[in-house]
Formats: sequence, C-alpha cells, structure tokens
Amino acid sequence: MAYLRAFGCYVPERRVGNEELATRTGRDVATIEKTTGIRERRYAADDVSVADMGLLAANDCLSKAGITAQEVGLILFSTGSAERCFPGPASTLAAKLGLTTTPALDLPVASAGSLIGIALAADLAARYSNVLVIAAEIMSRRISDAEPDTAILFGDGAGAALVSREEGFAHIADTALFTDGNYAESLQLQHGRTVQMKGLEVIMQASRKIPRAIADLLERNQIVPTDVGVYLMHQANVNLIRKVAATLKVPEQQFFCNIERYGNTSSASLLIAASEWWAAGTSRVTAPLVLAAFGAGFNWGAVLALPV
Amino acid sequence: MSKQAAIIKVIHAVSELEADPRPDESLFDSGALDSFTLPDLVTGLEQEFGVTIPDSDLVPERFDTVTKIEAYLNSREA
Repeated sequence: MAYLRAFGCYVPERRVGNEELATRTGRDVATIEKTTGIRERRYAADDVSVADMGLLAANDCLSKAGITAQEVGLILFSTGSAERCFPGPASTLAAKLGLTTTPALDLPVASAGSLIGIALAADLAARYSNVLVIAAEIMSRRISDAEPDTAILFGDGAGAALVSREEGFAHIADTALFTDGNYAESLQLQHGRTVQMKGLEVIMQASRKIPRAIADLLERNQIVPTDVGVYLMHQANVNLIRKVAATLKVPEQQFFCNIERYGNTSSASLLIAASEWWAAGTSRVTAPLVLAAFGAGFNWGAVLALPV
Repeated sequence: MSKQAAIIKVIHAVSELEADPRPDESLFDSGALDSFTLPDLVTGLEQEFGVTIPDSDLVPERFDTVTKIEAYLNSREA
C-alpha cells in the first residue's frame, strides 16, 4: 500500500496580470478572464531554473512531511519546459538536495506528468519507500505573444508530493493512466520553438476523456462521483474544470480551483493545487480524494486516494 | 420524428439556441456549439440514436451543420 504523505509548492514572486497580457497580445482583459478563468500568473526570474524551483517545492514538501532528503528513495521529476534535452532536472535536483546515489528520473510530460508521477510512485513506493514527485515548469519562456491563445494561459511554478510506503493522510487506492499518441501534434513544444496548441482539439478531447477516466475509476471502486470529498485537477482552464464537474454531475465547488491566481502551470498545476488545498487545513481526509490531469501526448488519467 | 428533427432536439438540449437551426447553418458560427458543448452534443447523439461515436471522430467539421450530422450518423449506421 502507498500513501499520500505531504504536498509542497513554490511560485515565483513576479505577478503578471491580464492587463500586461492584454497589452502584449492584443486580447482584452475581460476576454482573457472569461475564456480562461485566469486573473494573474507568476513568472520566474531570468536566472532561475526549473530545478531551482523544484528544489524549493521539494524542501517545502519534505519539511511538511517531517523527513530529510536522505530519507527519499526515489525522485520523479515532471517538466515539459526543461532548459536542456539531457540530463533533465531530476539529477540536478537530486544534487541540490545533497543526494549522490538516489535514483532521480525525469518525466518529460507536460500537464499530466505530475499525475503520472504519483501513479508510478504508488507502485514504486513498495521498493523505494519514500518517492518524491516533483513538477516544475517555466512556461513563460516557452510562449510567444504572437500566439495569444497560449500566451494568455501559462505561468510558472513548482509543486511536490511525497508518496510513502509507511504512512500518510490518505492511501492511494487505485490509478488509471492513458495515452493516445494520435494527438501528439495537438499540443507540442519542439526544440527551440514555442508551445503549439490546437486549443479546440485539446478542449474537446479533454472534455470527454477526463470525466470518463474519473467515472470509470470510481465505478470500479464502487464510489459515486458525489461521494468524493475533493477533486484536484490539472488547472488548465476554469471552463474545462466546470465542464468536468457538470459531466460528472458534481457541484463545481467540489473541484479545488486556484487557476485565477497562477494560470496554467502545466504539470506543476496539479501539485500546486493539491498543496494549497492540503495546507488550507483539510489535511484530515474524511472522504475519497480524486486527482486528475490531461495533457500533451495526449496523456491523461486519474488517481483515487481514500481516507486512512 | 424525422432524423433531422431528432438531431435538432439534441442540439437544443445542449445549447442555448432558441430557434431551430437551418439544415446547412454552421452551428459553430452561430454560437450554438463550441469546444465545450460539442462533447455534450456527441453524447446526446449517442443516446438519441443508439450509436457509439469514437473520440477520434470528435472534430468540428463533422458536426458543423444538421446536414453534416445526419450524414455522419448515416455513415455510422451503414
């Protein structure tokens, strides 16, 4: 059995409001907020790396878990915005944590990478005991103001989750991961380029695939969607979150949402949301918890955690 | 009920369109459908006509007008 033991996060100080995006892209402020639910996002300073932000989220998570980095058995690092092709930020983060033999693996999966990390950690915790899942993204360096549909969406940030074999506030009961590579070009970042997204296709497929993944996962665990205490979703677009809630016939208030303050931070968004939800005093989980994400690949899925 | 009438019934159920759309009127241009309501339309069509529509067919061009939706449904039933 594997447990969710702690979450952590870090967001850069610089706030970028819709007014700045409107000036840069030509989109008006009201339209940006209406179509995305975003009011502001954070941008990393020029001298900060993905691994730097991952370290801050990792330290926050480890501090809240009450363990040292030396007790981590495996690091899984998700990012779609790494500074170089290889090595990825996982090994850099391990070094920054003072770890020289602990395995540290990269998951270069934008948007859904942190969910995949947690799902893998649930299976790998039996071998590695404490699995530290990190997701950090500097998407502000991967957008072009000439493409407003993506420029208005993305922000920077980092999140962390500790999955442990021994203890935690909820046990990971089931996971479901899916990939359909036929949509690889619908959301992509080529070397030296900016993010290319076919927004209509992404939204349509996500609107159908996310609710189905969640519903199937809950059904096979004999849980009805309204019995879930909180849904933690990749913060892609507030309208998508509302859509998933409506399809599942669940009040949207059961979906934790912080996209208005951070924008879409790709794979980091799920863990930033989870960290804020957990830190808000709801650490005593009394009802099922669902995490879900959808992103480049397409990769998507859901994770079910239950009270201990 | 004709097939087109049944299609229009589904369109009304998933959109805020007040008047019946003309057979060749673009449902996207008129604002009846967008990327969020197309999945609802497809689910409604599956239930109304007892067909299974794969995610890979979920492209706006197939569902842009009542005529195109009818042609698509006919192809699924063939």
